[in-house]
Parts: sequence; structure tokens; C-alpha cells
Amino acid sequence: MRKVWMVLPLAAFALTACVTINIYFPAAAAEKAADKIIEEVWQIQQSDKPATVKEAK
Amino acid sequence: MKTLLKSLLALLALLAVFNVYAAADLEVNTPGVNAIKNSMQARHGQLSAYYASGAVGLTMDGMIAVRDAGSVPLAARQAVNALVAAENQDRSALYAEIANANGHPEWQAEIRSTFAQRWVQRAQRGWWVLSNDGWTQK
Repeated sequence: MRKVWMVLPLAAFALTACVTINIYFPAAAAEKAADKIIEEVWQIQQSDKPATVKEAK
Repeated sequence: MKTLLKSLLALLALLAVFNVYAAADLEVNTPGVNAIKNSMQARHGQLSAYYASGAVGLTMDGMIAVRDAGSVPLAARQAVNALVAAENQDRSALYAEIANANGHPEWQAEIRSTFAQRWVQRAQRGWWVLSNDGWTQK
């Protein structure tokens, strides 16, 4: 029964962690997504990032 | 009791993994988002000249606006207004669509403001931006 007292706070923490991640707006992911869409809409060439550019389409 | 706790923990771990996965990326590859994106991409061919001439500029709320209608020939003014209106309609729809596609319609305002910053950041030199201080040229 002693183990319950070790597990319960852990479970509570895990549960709040889940809720926290879900509620807050993922700002970094949104920026990434926005950049991707903007590059496509404005057809910006990624010439300043040569390492990630694929040669031909 | 021990089995119950173990299964509870396993469930929590599973939930945590799903949540981390969901938070790592924003889903933007949906038919709705792609349709709006293609429409905006096609329109950009017509709009880019007006961005460059300063007739049209970006606003800080993630939209675009006519800045200097006088620089557009009279015959084309109505077309420019229509382009701006259509573009803004698409942009609103895009922000809403991304929020909905990720199951968080309430994120729409934050997505809009994120886009607003990135549009301005990625804009070409010489394009105009409308902020609280009025129009400024990048």
C-alpha cells in the first residue's frame, strides 16, 4: 500500500502535464507551419539555406 | 490494486506520448488548407507587382490592404480592390482552417498573429507594412 503514495503524485503530475500541453498554443510549431505556407504562397526560394534545398523538382 | 495502478500508469504514459506527438507539429496538410494555399499562390502572381509598387501592403493583423490606390491606373483599381478582398477572405479562412484542422478552433487568433509576424518577416525589401505608426517600408 505504501507504493500507492509514490505512484499517485506521479500520476497526478503526468495528468496535469498532458492537460498543460493541450491547452497552450504551440507557438514554435505555428511559426514553422506559417513559414512553410508562406514559402509556398510567395514561392520563396530557400537560397540562404543551401543544405536543405533539394536540387531539382 | 497493483495491476490497476500499473494499467493506469500505462494509460497515462500512452496519453503523454500522444500529446507530445500532437504538440510537436501543427497539422497544415489538409485538403481545406491546401485548397486555400493554392488559391493564394495563384493570386500572388497578380498581387506581387502591387506589393512591389506600394499600391498594396501588409497589415499587422495578418491581412493585406490597399495603401496607395493612386499608383494604380484607374482601369485597374477595381481589380486591385477585388484582389485584396479575395486575398483577405482566403487568409481568414486559412487561419480558421488550420485551427479547426488541429482541433482547436480557439487558436485562430494566435495563428493569425503568428502568421502576421511571419508575413512581415518574410516580406521582400521595399514592401509596405501597416503598423500602429502608419505605413512603413521594409
